[in-house]
Amino acid sequence: MLKLVNISAHYGAVPVLRRVTLHVDEGERVCLLGANGAGKSTLLKVLSGMHRPSAGEVLFRGTAIQGKSPEEIVRKGLAQVPEARQLFPNLTVRENLELGGYIHGRRKLRETMDEMMELFPVLRDRQTQKAGTLSGGEQQMLSIARALMTRPKLLVLDEPSLGLAPLIVEEIYATLEELNRQGTTILLVEQNALGALDVCHRGYVMETGRIVLSGTARELAEHDEVQRAYLGRDYRHKWER
Amino acid sequence: MDSMLLQQLPQFVVSGITNGSVYALIALGFCLVQNATGIVNFAQGDFVMLGGLVAVTLLKTWGLPMPLAFVSAMAFTALVGVALEGGPLRRARNREVLVLVMITVGASISLRGAGMLAWGKNVHTLPAMGGDTPFIVLSAAVLPQTLWVIGISLSVLVFLFLFYRHTLVGKAMRAVADNPYGAALVGISVRKLVALAFAMAGAVGALAGVLITPLTSMSYSTGLMLGLKGFAGAILGGYGSTLGAVVGGYLLGLLESLGAGFVSSAYKDAFAFLILLGILFVRPAGLFGSKRVRRL
Repeated sequence: MLKLVNISAHYGAVPVLRRVTLHVDEGERVCLLGANGAGKSTLLKVLSGMHRPSAGEVLFRGTAIQGKSPEEIVRKGLAQVPEARQLFPNLTVRENLELGGYIHGRRKLRETMDEMMELFPVLRDRQTQKAGTLSGGEQQMLSIARALMTRPKLLVLDEPSLGLAPLIVEEIYATLEELNRQGTTILLVEQNALGALDVCHRGYVMETGRIVLSGTARELAEHDEVQRAYLGRDYRHKWER
Repeated sequence: MDSMLLQQLPQFVVSGITNGSVYALIALGFCLVQNATGIVNFAQGDFVMLGGLVAVTLLKTWGLPMPLAFVSAMAFTALVGVALEGGPLRRARNREVLVLVMITVGASISLRGAGMLAWGKNVHTLPAMGGDTPFIVLSAAVLPQTLWVIGISLSVLVFLFLFYRHTLVGKAMRAVADNPYGAALVGISVRKLVALAFAMAGAVGALAGVLITPLTSMSYSTGLMLGLKGFAGAILGGYGSTLGAVVGGYLLGLLESLGAGFVSSAYKDAFAFLILLGILFVRPAGLFGSKRVRRL
């Protein structure tokens, strides 16, 4: 479904991504772990067409999409739930959803909208409220729902758990699993390794712009380096064991 | 003396509302561009001039029927708006707002120069719609043209309101104003909508020009003052607020006309700017200053 081959990216002269290679197969749930500044968000900007990579190839369903406009990429079926949600705070919840369906036009709108309200019943109750007045968890749900309104084949999420209460995070992860069962492929980018590895089949670990580890969720969860860096176990724990 | 002025009050109000309608349209043009791009388009006043003068040429030289001439003038100016956005603004290397605003100032001066070359320094006028015989309402003499001005601008305002609230494209324009990054991520082409905003600003400006030319006439440089008045109206209402632009435009027209009537018509133009200064001192956000909802 998605294949990144030797992607490098720079901000000016500063290298941010160094020859990143990864893939996501159809029907998978894959996570990309990394601390602040590892280059995760830049990688996502490359995927959404917001940042042009300086080298390498992004293949989405067989065609190269690097350097394509965000609009074209969304139309191909790759949608993103961005960092900080990026909602339209002064528009109502309903309008936010409608605009998610912008590329499909008015006709298909109602049906998809009903599905979303089914998936996130809170949104039905808040339809006429401005998006900016929602709570953090509700905003996150709206952001996911808005991305789903584009009817994506692959849904990419940038730290959907950030700043949310553990119960809400669980709810959101459960929704992702459900969506995946219904056929949406998922790439989850997270700092919250524990949660992400729990819902995903496979994962990659990124550090300073490189992929340093990859494997099944279980392999990664048991890997010393992951335990130390993301699960809060010190080297000392390891030595003493 | 006093009673005579009071008798003229309805007349002042009528002329205030008429000018106010035109200011409201111009203010709306500022608002359209502001909301889509965050820049102040100082060429807005010259769109007004272009609309008026192109209509003059189409009507008098080419002999087109009046409605066709007016619509063509609006379409032409809309194209000029698109060209301004697609050319100098989009190709500017430096994307800073201040630089882009300076480019619109340059465009304004160029348009004025081009206007002088094309139409000369003379004042031009258009025949009034519905004839020149006024009728009397509450001791005010009202020209049919006045009713046209008020009627057409009100319908445009209603149309724009419906467009923003009830069409997907209108909502997308508000979304681009609210969060361009988020808009791009759901596949809204920000570029196309910005071009559309400039086209609409051009058309609305040209309409203002077409409507006011029969009343006050038009020359290559009239757009400057009209543009500044519209700008003042937009700020009075709260810059960027659509409703504010409309109310600000009407209010400015009224205050200006009453000020000219009751104080001195020599200061007619000064009132607009006194009001502008006043509002900037007292309430910089304007009457309908947008309290934007934002939560982190």
